[in-house]
Amino acid sequence: MAAEIATRPPHPFVEGWHYFKQNKGALAGLIVFVAFVLIAAFSPWLAPYSPDAQDRAAVLVPPFWQEGGSTAHLLGTDAVGRDLLSRIMHGGRWSLFIGLVVIVISMSGGILLGLCAAFARGFVDTLIMRVLDVLLAIPSLLLALVVVAILGPGLFNAMFAVALVYMPHYARLTRGSAMSELQKDYVTASRVAGASVWRLMFRTVLPNCAPPLIVQATLGFSTAVLDMAALGFLGMGAQPPTPEWGTMLADAREFILRAWWVVTFPGLAILISVLAVNLMGDGLRDVLDPKLKRS
Amino acid sequence: MLRFFLSRIAVLIPTFLGVTLVAFLFIRLLPGDPVEMMAGERGTSPERHAELMARFGFDRPWWEQYASFLGNVLQGDLGNSIVTKAPVLSEFLTLFPATLELSICAILFAILFGLPAGVLAASRRGTIFDHGVMAATLTGYSMPIFWWGLLLIILFSGILGWTPVSGRIDLLYFFEPVTGFMLIDSLLSDQDGAFMSAFSHLVLPTIVLGTIPLAVIARQTRSAMLEVLSEDYVRTARAKGLPTRRVVGLHAFRNALIPVVTTIGLQTGVLLAGAILTETIFSWPGVGKWLIDSIFRRDYPSVQGGLLLIASVVMIVNLLVDLTYGLIDPRIRHGR
Amino acid sequence: MSLLEIRNLTVRFATASGWFTAVEGVDLSVEKGEIVAIVGESGSGKSVSMLAVMGLLPPTAQVTADVLAFDGKDLLTISPAGRRALTGADMAMIFQEPMSSLNPCFTVGFQIEESLRLHLGLNKRQARDRAVELLTQVGIPSPAQRLSAYPHQLSGGMSQRVMIAMAIACDPRLLIADEPTTALDVTIQAQILDLLVDLQERRGMALILITHAMGVVAETAQRVVVQYAGWQVEKQDVYGLFDHPHHPYTAALLAALPERAVEGARLASIPGVVPGQFDKPSGCLFHPRCPRADQRCVEVRPVPAGPELGQAVCHYPLGGTR
Repeated sequence: MAAEIATRPPHPFVEGWHYFKQNKGALAGLIVFVAFVLIAAFSPWLAPYSPDAQDRAAVLVPPFWQEGGSTAHLLGTDAVGRDLLSRIMHGGRWSLFIGLVVIVISMSGGILLGLCAAFARGFVDTLIMRVLDVLLAIPSLLLALVVVAILGPGLFNAMFAVALVYMPHYARLTRGSAMSELQKDYVTASRVAGASVWRLMFRTVLPNCAPPLIVQATLGFSTAVLDMAALGFLGMGAQPPTPEWGTMLADAREFILRAWWVVTFPGLAILISVLAVNLMGDGLRDVLDPKLKRS
Repeated sequence: MLRFFLSRIAVLIPTFLGVTLVAFLFIRLLPGDPVEMMAGERGTSPERHAELMARFGFDRPWWEQYASFLGNVLQGDLGNSIVTKAPVLSEFLTLFPATLELSICAILFAILFGLPAGVLAASRRGTIFDHGVMAATLTGYSMPIFWWGLLLIILFSGILGWTPVSGRIDLLYFFEPVTGFMLIDSLLSDQDGAFMSAFSHLVLPTIVLGTIPLAVIARQTRSAMLEVLSEDYVRTARAKGLPTRRVVGLHAFRNALIPVVTTIGLQTGVLLAGAILTETIFSWPGVGKWLIDSIFRRDYPSVQGGLLLIASVVMIVNLLVDLTYGLIDPRIRHGR
Repeated sequence: MSLLEIRNLTVRFATASGWFTAVEGVDLSVEKGEIVAIVGESGSGKSVSMLAVMGLLPPTAQVTADVLAFDGKDLLTISPAGRRALTGADMAMIFQEPMSSLNPCFTVGFQIEESLRLHLGLNKRQARDRAVELLTQVGIPSPAQRLSAYPHQLSGGMSQRVMIAMAIACDPRLLIADEPTTALDVTIQAQILDLLVDLQERRGMALILITHAMGVVAETAQRVVVQYAGWQVEKQDVYGLFDHPHHPYTAALLAALPERAVEGARLASIPGVVPGQFDKPSGCLFHPRCPRADQRCVEVRPVPAGPELGQAVCHYPLGGTR
C-alpha cells in the first residue's frame, strides 16, 4: 500500500510551479514573455538591420506578403526607410526595460513608505496615508503628465513620473499586509529577542508580505509598459528616433491611412507583451494569493 | 443615510485640500520663477519683474500664497490662461460637455455589453462562451487604447469608409450649443442629417474609450456573480420554484451589483485618463486634448486648473457612486 | 400511493479527483400528514438526498433512482416547468442557516409575496394580505410592519420564522426542514420545533425533519431513518428506535444523549468521524468506528436485515441472533 509516501512536503516553489503549470493561459503567457525578453536581449544579433539604418530607396515598403513588399524587409519599412522588424525587436529592449525600471523604483519607494507607515503608526502613518490618498485621487495618466510637465518631456523624466504614480499602490499594499503580520506572534518573538527595527522591517516582516507584492508587481509591470507607451505616444516619454514602441506609434500616426503596417506592428508588440504579462500575473495570483483570486 | 452621506463628505474634504495643494505646488515646482514664465521669451526688466512679483504675491511666504490660492479656488477663480487670456474655469466649462458626452457614452457602452457578458459567462461557467468572454476581456484589458483607436480608424474610416476620422460633427452643420451634448443639440437643431453626423463621429471614440471599462466590468461581474450564485439565498430562491431567469437576473444579480457598482465608479478615473488619449487620437475638442495642448504650449495656469478640476470631477463621481450603494444595499442604507 | 416515494436513490458528484458518491441506495416513502426524521452526523448525506428530491443540487451532481416520485409524478423525467410548478408550491424546504438563506437585498414582504404571486397568481393586494396572515401564523408580532423589514433587521429565530412562512405560503403537502434549529439559540430551538409540529398538525402536511439531534427526533417524529455516510443504516418507528436500536450506530447515537448518561460516568461518544471522499472503508462503512466489528465487517458489505430488526444494514444487528 504505502509504497510512495513523500518524506517531506515539496518546496513551496516546486508546489507553486506545479499549480502555475496547470493554468494553461499563465504558462502560455510565460513562454511568450520569455520569448519577447530573449528577442529583445539578443536583438543586435537577431535583427536583420540596425534600428536607425535608413534605406532611402525603400520608403514605406509594405510587409513581404503584400504586393510591393519584399523579403528584404519582412514587416516593411517606415517613412524614412527603416526596417520595421528590426525597430520592433530593438524596441523591446526599451519598452520592457523601461517597465522593469519603473516597477523597481516604485516598488522600492512604496515598500519603504508602507513599512514606515506600518511601523510608525500614529501621526506619521496618518500623514503618509493621507498624502497617498491625494495621489490616488488623481487619475494616473493625468498625474504622470503633470509630473512630466514639471520635469520636461524625456524618457527618464517619464519613467520617474510613472514610478511616482504607482508608488501609492505598493505603499498601501505593503502597509496593509505589514500591519496584519505585525499582530502575529513570530514578530513579537523576534522583537523580544532584541531584533533591531530595520531587521524587523526587512528580514522578519517584509518576506511575509511578499506574495501580494509579487502579484501586484507583475500586473503593475503591464500597466507600466502601457502607460510609458502612452506617454511616448503623446510625445512626453522617449523621444524619436528611439525605437520605443509608443514613440514609434506617434511617428507613424500621420501615415495611418497610407501605410497600415507602420501603425499595426508596434502596437501589436505592446498588446502581446502586455497580454502575456497579464496572463502570467493572473496565474501567479492564483498560486500566491488565493484571497485575491477574482476569477 | 444622512450620516452615511456626511461621513463620505468628511473623508473627501482632506483629500480635496490635498489636491489643491498638489495643484498649487505644481506651479511652484516648475523651473524658473512664475513671472519669468509668464513673460516668456520677451523677458522683463528687473523693476517690472519685482513689481509683478509683488502684484501676484509671489514674494510672500508660501503658506500665505497657498491660502490666497485656496480662497480663489473656492470662489471659482482658477486664474487665466497665458495663451488665450481667458479664465481657465470658463475654458474648461466650454470644453467639458464634449468630454462628458464621450465619457457617458463610453461608460454606457461598457455597462451595456460588460454586465450581460459577465452575467452570462458566470451562469455558463466553463463553457466555450465563458472562455471566450474571459479571453476577449483580458485582451481588452491589456489593450493600448491609443493603438486600438488607430486600428479602428484604419478599418472603419480607411478601408470601409464608414466613419469620419476626427471631430464631433461635420463642418456642414452649425448650430448654437444648448446642452453642449452634440447628440442632443443636433436633434434640437432640426437639421437633416445632423444627428447621424454627430452619431457617426461619436461611435469610434466611444468604443475606444469604453474598451477597458468594458473588460473590467465584465470580469468583475462574472466573479461577483459566481460568488453570489453559491449563496444560500440563491438556493432559497430556487426552492421557491422561480424560473432561472428570475433567480439569476434578480436574486443573484441584485447582490452581485454591489461590488460591480464599486468597479464602475472606479472606472471614472480610468475614463478621464483615457479621454486624454482618445481625444488626442480623434481630435475630439474636450478637456483631455485641451490639457495636452496646454502642456505643449506651456500654458501652466490651464494645466493647473485642469488638474484640479479633473481630480474634483473624479472625486464627485466617486461620491455619487458611494451614495448609490445606499440604494442597492439596504444594509448600508440603514447605517449598519 | 405514498406522497413521496424514493427507491434506490444514488447521488454522485463530479469532482476534480473523480466521482464522489454522497448518497447510495436510499429508500423512503412518506405518507400524507406524517413526520419522518432523518438522523445522522454531518456528512452523512441527509441534506443531499432531500436536495435531490427538491431538484436543488448543483449541475455537478448526478442523480439516479429506480423511483423518485412525488404524488405520483415522476421527478426524474419531469419537465423543468413542471418541476418549478411543484417546488415551492406542493413541496417546500427550509434550511439550516436562516440568516443567509434570506436575500439581503429584498424586503421580507417581497420575498414572501413573490411565491404567492408566482404559484397562486395572487395580485399585489391579495399577496400582501396573505403575507400578513402567514406572518401571524408563524408567530411574528406586528406582521404588517415586518413586511417592509430587510433580513438584516431580523434575529436568527425571526428569520427562520420568515423562512417557514415563505415555505408554507402555498400550502405545501410536503415540507422538508433541513436542520431548522441548528443555527439558533437553544431557547429559540424549542419554539421553532413547536411551531413546525403545530403547523404540520393543523395543515395535515407531511414533514421531513433532517437533524443530527436525537432529542429533537424523540419530541417530534413518528418514524425515523438513521443515515450514515450515505447509507440508510436503520429505519424504525420512534418508540422502537429509542427502546430497541438494532444498528450499532443508532445505539451509539442514543448512548451519546446526555439524558441517557450514567451518573458519574463520562458522556459516551463515537470515536472518529464520518468517512469522506478519500477514506471510504471497505466492507461495512461503519466498521472503523464500530466496537463490534470483526473481519467479516471489514471485507463484506452488509445488506439490510428484515423489518423486525429495523432493516439495519449490519452483519450483527443488535437484538438479533449472532
